[in-house]
Amino acid sequence: MTALIALLRRDIQVALRIGGGALIGVLFFLIVVVLMPFAVGPDLALLKKLGPAILWLGALLASLLTLDRLFAADHDDGSLDLLTMSRTPLELVCLTKAVAHWLVAGLPLIVATPILGLLLNLDGDATMAVALTLLAGTPALTFTGMIGAALAVALRRGGLLLAVLVLPLSIPVLIFGVAASNAAVLEPAGFGAPLSILFALSLAGLVIGPLAAAASLRHGLD
Amino acid sequence: MGRAVMRLTGSQLRCVRGGREIFARLDFTADAGEPLAVVGANGAGKTSLLRLIAGLIAPAGGQVTFAGGDDDLSPAEQAHYLGHRDALKSALSVTENLAFWRAALGGEATDIDTALNAVGLDHIAQLPAAYLSAGQRRRLSIARLLAVKRPIWLLDEPTSSLDANGQAMMADLMRDHLAGGGVIVAATHLPLGIAARELRIGERVS
Repeated sequence: MTALIALLRRDIQVALRIGGGALIGVLFFLIVVVLMPFAVGPDLALLKKLGPAILWLGALLASLLTLDRLFAADHDDGSLDLLTMSRTPLELVCLTKAVAHWLVAGLPLIVATPILGLLLNLDGDATMAVALTLLAGTPALTFTGMIGAALAVALRRGGLLLAVLVLPLSIPVLIFGVAASNAAVLEPAGFGAPLSILFALSLAGLVIGPLAAAASLRHGLD
Repeated sequence: MGRAVMRLTGSQLRCVRGGREIFARLDFTADAGEPLAVVGANGAGKTSLLRLIAGLIAPAGGQVTFAGGDDDLSPAEQAHYLGHRDALKSALSVTENLAFWRAALGGEATDIDTALNAVGLDHIAQLPAAYLSAGQRRRLSIARLLAVKRPIWLLDEPTSSLDANGQAMMADLMRDHLAGGGVIVAATHLPLGIAARELRIGERVS
């Protein structure tokens, strides 16, 4: 347990310090969403309609952008070798790294959402609903992305492979995320079901992600 | 604690990497108290052998066993691996790096200050690892061997980029480890600074 807490602390510390890149994801998210009204034009009704989808796409791409370093950095400097040799199960190591990644890369996206909702003409309730769907769905993105990140390390291919592997796995999350958000904006009655599915996807990812990532890391050891 | 004499044995080891056989039918024993120096030309498989013992490469044949240690743990879990890559995070300070590995590796640990003192880094404990020289990074990696107690030390070119003082220090640390009943397997081109039994690999005679 102390080992996992130490790993969590280290990953967060490294990400938050200079050069750590914790803010890259949220900055990218910000850029995508801020540019969108300029691209779509000043049609407020259209923006309101597209708003949830734009927020979700931004969050999905931002999380993809930061995920490829999840294991690559530790692989490059040899830390992964030592983590594999440690007395902590590799599955728990993967889980801890995913949680740390979500805390520094996923949580800021959710915190930024209320501010960005203003730019997309979403009212307060709708923005909070989108933020809630992101809270339910971004863990699933992190856990599925972690499998891709582990495979990318194991197969020695870079970020492109990650995108190709992870995007299909992220599509269900995107679909239900946007469905829940749209329901919140347009017809609040249909909000519960897609939100529950998002939570279910995150919980399934929580179980499968660490197992699959650890298996592919073990297989790729060399 | 088991008081039996420790012995690390590899039998009929075979290693294949990238479709090419590096070595086959390799036997070795490393006894407590006497270091085993793995020597051989570049590409002979010295690093591969160490990584195989460390469980970082799956052997294509044969097995590694460790007698006299903790039977509940694999040989890899009782080993320290000092590789080419130093597993240091540039953003963290010397102390933070060492404290992390001390906690993450688990097992019987020593005081961080003592370990840093032993490798001569105590005066720069708060410096970020980004500003360390190659030799200082090496020393910090070596401090990891002292911060957590492990019976097996797998050392890949332990004295590379160390100055004369550092090499003497490393020799002393290895001597202490062996005197405490530890096992050392070191791959090296350079003299280790202590008397060692040689395991020559990669010669196509047999």
